[in-house]
Amino acid sequence: MNFKNFITHTLLLLLLALIQIIFLKNLALFGVAFCFLYLLGILNLPIPISHVPLILLSFGLGLAVDVFYDTIGIHAASASLMGFLRPYWLKAISPTGGYDDSAKPNLPEMGIGWYISYSLPMIFAFSLVFFTADQWGTGGFFGVLNKSILSSIFTVVLAIIVQLLFFKRRREIR
Amino acid sequence: MLRILQFLYSLRSFLLFVLLEVLAIGLIVSNNSPQGAAFFNSSNAVIGTVLKTRSDILDFFSFAQANETLILENALLLEQIKALKQEPDSLPIPLDSAFEAQFQFTGARVISNSLRFAQNHLTLNKGSKDGIKPGMGIFNQDGIVGRVKSVSENYAVAISLLNTGLLVSSKIKSTENFGSVNWDGINSKQAKMLYVPRHVKAQAGDTIVTSGYNAVFPEGIRIGVISVVNPASDPNYLDILIDLSTDFSRVNYVYLVENTQIVELDSLHKKSEVVNEF
Repeated sequence: MNFKNFITHTLLLLLLALIQIIFLKNLALFGVAFCFLYLLGILNLPIPISHVPLILLSFGLGLAVDVFYDTIGIHAASASLMGFLRPYWLKAISPTGGYDDSAKPNLPEMGIGWYISYSLPMIFAFSLVFFTADQWGTGGFFGVLNKSILSSIFTVVLAIIVQLLFFKRRREIR
Repeated sequence: MLRILQFLYSLRSFLLFVLLEVLAIGLIVSNNSPQGAAFFNSSNAVIGTVLKTRSDILDFFSFAQANETLILENALLLEQIKALKQEPDSLPIPLDSAFEAQFQFTGARVISNSLRFAQNHLTLNKGSKDGIKPGMGIFNQDGIVGRVKSVSENYAVAISLLNTGLLVSSKIKSTENFGSVNWDGINSKQAKMLYVPRHVKAQAGDTIVTSGYNAVFPEGIRIGVISVVNPASDPNYLDILIDLSTDFSRVNYVYLVENTQIVELDSLHKKSEVVNEF
């Protein structure tokens, strides 16, 4: 990762966390579909990033969002699970011949079909842990599942919209 | 030995993951235990400032409504003051300790609030500098809101009534039967009233108010109105569902109440070995 990429990703993480805290904190579609847009920052990190920094970064980002949500530990636990699962899932769904060296796991580069199959299970894993921890001992499993499914769909839809609007396609003709 | 180290090194990401999960679970548990000290939360100065700026901007749009409710409440209070004021020809009676002010009130603004989770919290813009203490009750003109959990110099974090961990000692206003109000984590407009025996004649439409037994809230602050009484599910207690009178999606300005005699009450309870479960 060169220096420019490093700056871009850091700024993206900070911006997404800020948007999450300021605008998306109390947003819940129909009271069940939450939006965890800041996960886009973890999902979009370059593919060759090593595993240990990825987990630490996810944990730190989760903890930072947690502090504003007053749910200390819950975002951190779910986000670090997502960071832990990411390399395995990327390997599982890798296209034949593997990834390009310069490929980034985002929508403009990889196409919508791949992106949904990449992000939806990851965000679902996050939501499942998140709502299980949040509703521990209070509600049934059905409520948790319901919220997780709807939240992951909503988050993926919003993530796709954000990338369509703001992410440039960077493959120039050489 | 080298083999073991190599093996552990090959598992380093998994070990790190397990370590971080254990750390996170530790944080969750310590944050949710009622007496545990919260390490970080939104009463931190930096975080409080961010949340306050956000709330400054968002509150601008609800000022008109907030003003209107304040004016209505002022009118109500003025009416009560008039009724309490001594007429010049009446005989002044010196009050004894039974009438000594047991509760002190103060106001604050809510700068952060949530209502969609199972454990919801509020952040207030006043802290220990303004005399806020952990354990103070919070209510607004509609009904009760929550209870202060931890305090920093300038901000306070409170457990909302919409938190499955908070029990509020309450009673049915018309029959004086008491129980506890607890949120079940499902609907932010409704809560459950627990521990009301089956012989009690509760019916839909009865008002629920605080009982004053747990020494956090004074007696008679509104909580809600009974919407459904369901006798079937438990052999000992009624299953009472109440519509909360507070609209938690619109909590801007709140009052805090402190019981000035709580230390005395607590030590008395301890001496006579009464465990107050409410």
